[in-house]
Amino acid sequence: MKPLLRRHKNHISYNFWGLIFLIPFFVIFIWLQLVPLGRTFYYAFEKYFYSTGKGSFIGPTFCGWDNFAYIFTNGAIRKYYFFDQSIGSWWMPDIAYYLANTLIIWLMGFIPQIIVSLALAIWFTDARLKLKFTRFWKTVMYMPNLIMAAAFGMLFLMLFSSDGPVVQILMSMGILHEQFSFGDSEFWVRFIIALINFLMWFGNTTLLLMSGVMGIDESIFESAVVDGSSAHHTFWAITFPLLKPIFIYVFITSLIGGIQLFDVAWMVTRGGGGPNLTSLTVMSYLYMLINKAKNYGQAGALSIVMFFITAALSMSVFYVSISQKNPEKGVARERRKRFRTYKDCDPTRLEMARISHQQGGISL
Amino acid sequence: MKKSMLAVTALAAVGLLALAGCGQTGSSGAPAASSTPKAAHHFNIRCWNDEFQGRFRNYSTLWDHTNEDGTDTLKDGTIVNWIIVENKDNKYQNALDTAIQGQDAAAADDKIDMFLVEADYAMKYSQQDIAMDVKADVGLTDSDLAQQYDYTKKILTANGKLKGVSWQAAPGLYAYRTDIADAVLGTHEPDAVQAKISDWTKFNSVAAEMKAKNYYMLAGKDDSYRTYSNNVTHKWVSDEGVCTLDPNIKQWVKDTKSYADNKYLAGTGTDYALWGSAWANEMSKAGSTFGFFWSTWGINFSLQGYADPAKLKKADSSNLWGKYRVCQGPQSYYWGGTWMVGAKGSDDVAIIKQTMLDLTCNGTIMGKITRDTDDYTNNKAAMTAIGNDPTYGSDFLGGQNHVKLFTAAADNIHMDYLSAYDQGCNESFQNAMADYFTKKATYPEAIQNFKTKLKATYSDVTFDATFDAAL
Repeated sequence: MKPLLRRHKNHISYNFWGLIFLIPFFVIFIWLQLVPLGRTFYYAFEKYFYSTGKGSFIGPTFCGWDNFAYIFTNGAIRKYYFFDQSIGSWWMPDIAYYLANTLIIWLMGFIPQIIVSLALAIWFTDARLKLKFTRFWKTVMYMPNLIMAAAFGMLFLMLFSSDGPVVQILMSMGILHEQFSFGDSEFWVRFIIALINFLMWFGNTTLLLMSGVMGIDESIFESAVVDGSSAHHTFWAITFPLLKPIFIYVFITSLIGGIQLFDVAWMVTRGGGGPNLTSLTVMSYLYMLINKAKNYGQAGALSIVMFFITAALSMSVFYVSISQKNPEKGVARERRKRFRTYKDCDPTRLEMARISHQQGGISL
Repeated sequence: MKKSMLAVTALAAVGLLALAGCGQTGSSGAPAASSTPKAAHHFNIRCWNDEFQGRFRNYSTLWDHTNEDGTDTLKDGTIVNWIIVENKDNKYQNALDTAIQGQDAAAADDKIDMFLVEADYAMKYSQQDIAMDVKADVGLTDSDLAQQYDYTKKILTANGKLKGVSWQAAPGLYAYRTDIADAVLGTHEPDAVQAKISDWTKFNSVAAEMKAKNYYMLAGKDDSYRTYSNNVTHKWVSDEGVCTLDPNIKQWVKDTKSYADNKYLAGTGTDYALWGSAWANEMSKAGSTFGFFWSTWGINFSLQGYADPAKLKKADSSNLWGKYRVCQGPQSYYWGGTWMVGAKGSDDVAIIKQTMLDLTCNGTIMGKITRDTDDYTNNKAAMTAIGNDPTYGSDFLGGQNHVKLFTAAADNIHMDYLSAYDQGCNESFQNAMADYFTKKATYPEAIQNFKTKLKATYSDVTFDATFDAAL
């Protein structure tokens, strides 16, 4: 319509300059992210590696799915460990073995991390507890995240060495009777790596969960208190379900970070991979392919395989946790589960079921 | 008004801070050319530690002074730039390979002029075009090279051309502690001790004697590896790319396993592996290990540092200066050595030639190096002279003339079975066998781990049936 057009023509448009300022981002993104990504996909289908015997690179020559086939068929019969005991041995492709190592180490660090972070998040946000110096504690908790993982790894390597402080303390306390080598035990090497991960990330997780808890409406807590809910019941019935979205976020980002675990594992095992290669992670293997063997073909294939595995794991976590969006269904399920008649329903729990479904959580 | 004043003050403070960084000392912020004219060109040397740096600074006739930023200035004004990348995990080789690939495209001042190689990967680089022919390209003559030990020349000869020279020969020996020798064997004289450990059977029986008196014969599982691996009869990896397990290396596995089971080793774990912290500690007064296998460079470069951590350089109750002696040990061997290689494309061939002449051909200078540092230099005439000199003795070794011990042995070193894959094979094999010694894995499993690690280090290696045979 004519008046609109006239208004548009009189309006000064800065769109042109906005596009100009976006150019640096696009240039750097395309040059440093998109092109290398494309080349990774390209190399995955090429035979391209450095031959030490010939002193030069072989390739790149097209080889189809060979690199992927190699990744999935290159394996050996290996023992599997629960703590320090072997629970059997069977054949697995190397990548599955390294992935198992990675996930075990990640879980060993993540489970304590999430429990401790949840507890700390609840305590720090609970006004009734009247904790002192919370700002100090929060800063101190977050500080390990600022230290480089490699520095952390070297520090713990020295702390836990055979003649290091930890062994000496344990010996003087009488727990150890002779020198114990932490670096030669499958369980303890994984424990040290998991411990470092825990220390580095629990501060971050605590802050995230705290922000999630602070996002819950105060009135719900008040009504729960009025209804006589204990702290324990409040946590499981109210806080935990409403934290589900943040929880999922923490879980997925930690999973992605855990799969990419490299620097800590490499430094703690000094590049060796731990006893029986039980702490050799997938990214350590990728690092060896790129830097030692200079086999860019297999490295590209491994990167793509890891991308799909990470995506599959993240998607599965996401879909398992998201249920139907129909709030009434949650209410109905709640009623069916616990009560025969509507009037016996606990109104607070009904309200919770409705809200949690609106926010995308699982019903109670 | 107040806010804008605050902003101006903040900006001024930041500006002052930035300007303070660019002081007139010009040490770290400003480029190196601030203290010397930009026209002075660079001589780039690549190495993995500061051993050669020390030799160059103290003994090269071209050196003038060291600059504040770690580079050196030569008498003609050239700046020597040191590019030091550590050896572990193939880092040095990787960096060197990348630099070699970019040699043609690099600017004249950025090209590699000289790089160092170790015995473990000498073969790999001697075969490459980047290595300058010492006689044809650099200009050394046969008479210059006459006094060098044959094996140091043979190892870097590719297609009949000599590609690099070394200032040191590295015959291997066994360094033992006199106090423990007195306590267990009753004597610490090198000849008497050598008679007691002159072959492996005797060596093992002395190990049992050491154990009976609560001492250890060796510190860790890697200690005796070089003695076995230098007396092999097969290359690690053949020219066709097939990796094979030499019987002598298998013997090392058997012997070390029995040492580990009988507790003749101070420790079997990763801390007692070569260069581990507990292993290094065993060489100091706090340790209780009888002896260590070292080559000649190891005496001055490593053992001295571990035995005398406070660097007092004289006998003291807190260190073991003067308390070590050396003897031949159960088997003769060599361990490593460093070679200088000139890089094609360098614009400073004269400097390369003079450095090589000074440090690897000049008997006077090389004799001085030995007298000062106890290093065994690559000059037959100088070493024979020092060996026969009754007044020469190493202060660290309590006055022993260790050079005399090796003038005969050095001539008998053979490096016939080197391959380009040695560094990766040696490292991976020792690491893999560690699990077997600590009882974490059986022998076949340790072999499997070795194969896994080696395939991740070299893509084109296959394995033959020697790995499947039982121990």
